[in-house]
Amino acid sequence: MFCDDGLSQHFQIQGGDFSRAGRVSTTIKEILQEVGIDPAIIRRAAIASYEAEMNVVMYAQKADLTLKLTPEEITIRIEDQGPGIKNIDQAMQEGFSTATDQMREMGFGAGMGLPNINRNADVFWIGSIRGKGTVLIITFLLKKGGKA
Amino acid sequence: MSPYLHFLKIEPDKCDGRMKCMRVCPTEAIRVRNGKAQIIEEKCVDCGECITACPHGAIVALTDPFGELTRFRHTVALPSPGLHAQFGKEILPQKIVAGLKHLGFDDAFDLSLTCGEVSFAIQEYLRDYNGPKPVISNACPTVVRLIQVKYPSLIDQILPIDTPRELAARELKAKKAKRLGLKEKEIGTFYLTPCPAKMISIRQPAEKGRSSLDGAISISNIYGPLLSALEGVEKDSYEKDLKNICILGMGWAMSGGICRTLRIKNSLAVSGIHEIIKVFDDIEKGKLRDIEFIEAYSCHQGCVGGSLTVENRYLSFNKVLKLIETLEYEKIKACPDIREVRKKYEEGYYFMKGKLEPRPLKPLSEDLSEAIRKRREKGEIYEKLPKIDCGACGSPTCMAFAEDVIMRDSVITDCIFNLPQKFEKLSEEFSSMLEKSISMSGVQSPKKKNKDKKGKP
Ligand SMILES: Nc1ncnc2c1ncn2[C@@H]1O[C@H](COP(=O)(O)OP(=O)(O)OP(=O)(O)O)[C@@H](O)[C@H]1O
Ligand code: SF4
Ligand SMILES: [Mg+2]
Repeated sequence: MFCDDGLSQHFQIQGGDFSRAGRVSTTIKEILQEVGIDPAIIRRAAIASYEAEMNVVMYAQKADLTLKLTPEEITIRIEDQGPGIKNIDQAMQEGFSTATDQMREMGFGAGMGLPNINRNADVFWIGSIRGKGTVLIITFLLKKGGKA
Repeated sequence: MSPYLHFLKIEPDKCDGRMKCMRVCPTEAIRVRNGKAQIIEEKCVDCGECITACPHGAIVALTDPFGELTRFRHTVALPSPGLHAQFGKEILPQKIVAGLKHLGFDDAFDLSLTCGEVSFAIQEYLRDYNGPKPVISNACPTVVRLIQVKYPSLIDQILPIDTPRELAARELKAKKAKRLGLKEKEIGTFYLTPCPAKMISIRQPAEKGRSSLDGAISISNIYGPLLSALEGVEKDSYEKDLKNICILGMGWAMSGGICRTLRIKNSLAVSGIHEIIKVFDDIEKGKLRDIEFIEAYSCHQGCVGGSLTVENRYLSFNKVLKLIETLEYEKIKACPDIREVRKKYEEGYYFMKGKLEPRPLKPLSEDLSEAIRKRREKGEIYEKLPKIDCGACGSPTCMAFAEDVIMRDSVITDCIFNLPQKFEKLSEEFSSMLEKSISMSGVQSPKKKNKDKKGKP
């Protein structure tokens, strides 16, 4: 089904690259606008993909992001190569952060990223292997049942 | 035709297809076809960047001619604070206001006091505001359009307080109609504008409603006549206009001018539409939530940099600063009565009457499956392009070109990097045409023919 009426696009995110950080989520937003997704859903998707993108930039080496779009749903999958998350439950808590002082100076590190993704997504899955990396799957439903 | 009005016109005779406008357009609304620039109306937000960029003056702003004044029994000029920025402290605002009356207006009304009043009203609004932050200023109509078109999810963050020009025009019409015994529609209110965007905000307000202004006359058109008129202005003839000159409002023409009057901890002034786009992208990603108010002017340095002004924007920015100093020194500083403003605020006086609706760009198709399919195709075409945004195809970027292939009139071979393909095709067509005409005329095929320098038999 997916191949017939879907779109799939790949992006790469470079860890540590603060100057280009946020580009991928801007592109995702533009694609969603072009196909005419409801602005409220676009905004949620923009916030979630930005937080995920920033976590790669801050904590991982690099990541592949895949945007899949069908008339039913938007799925954003981010698979990074990095340290992984020791304790996911803890990381998901508002306010938990291991950001460095330098990151905090740049305005990050409130520990709100993952909770924000969770709040904005319709379905959110996160898995991590220590020393290898983290995978996030963020889904937004376009038909009934979504948060919009 | 697009249902949206624009007050920019390209004069094809003057356009030589240099694409400077296409490259500066922040919303990729310009294409060059057959050597002439064209505007995709739906995408245009009337920022006027193209007017400034065109070396031939081929893009003109359609503002109102002076002749419009005769349509009314009584006319009032409302100069944008940007007009004073053209002169600075050399010619003080009260003299300019007097000069305008020599130009054929029955009256002229300086907006700085109303601007000051609105600054107070914004303070009131922000104090009790607890919606999503930041609140975004609505003084620049281009910014409002940009949000309607490209950032529809930010629409509820636009300041709902009416602009000084509209508030003043509304008030003037009502008061003058009463005093002069005329109907409101017999009183013509004309804004002296630094940009074509104000023209649209009058003819087709972004919020669904009617403007109280009747027209807009370009500052660049009025500048020359005003200079000559100023020579005849006697000092004592304008003393009474002092009551309207307010230093709080005088700064509204420059970037940062609104913020400095608000007395809030966290505000941000941004100018230049490309910068604004970056900031709005950030807001949509959820950043800048600790900023209470963003003042955004499409033109660099604010309205002093408008495309219909005369003076260099950096010079006029400085002139505003100097002017404020001078007015302070001369103790010319009318100030709105804060208690009065609070009272009117409570009564709802300052709030915009119409509602702002989003105006998002048309999607690739109304049908979602179809739109997704087209977007996929667009991506596939883009992959075949060199991704250098050279513009030779007449579209501003390779991505825009890919869209033009799918949605508009471009064909892939308009890209010079796909030109060899085009030559191949052309030469095939040509040889088959040749074959045909040869077989029709019964002449031997050219290969077999011996070389005859005389050409055609
Ligand atoms: N991709 C990742 N790889 C490794 N660790 C991660 C990753 N994403 C999150 N973390 C860990 O989880 C913590 C919480 O992440 P979260 O995004 O919620 O907050 P933050 O990034 O610290 O701050 P904020 O997102 O508010 O700027 C991070 O501090 C980090 O330790
Ligand atoms: S900044 Fe001022 S001059 Fe420029 S478009 Fe906006 S309102 Fe017009
Ligand atoms: Mg984070």
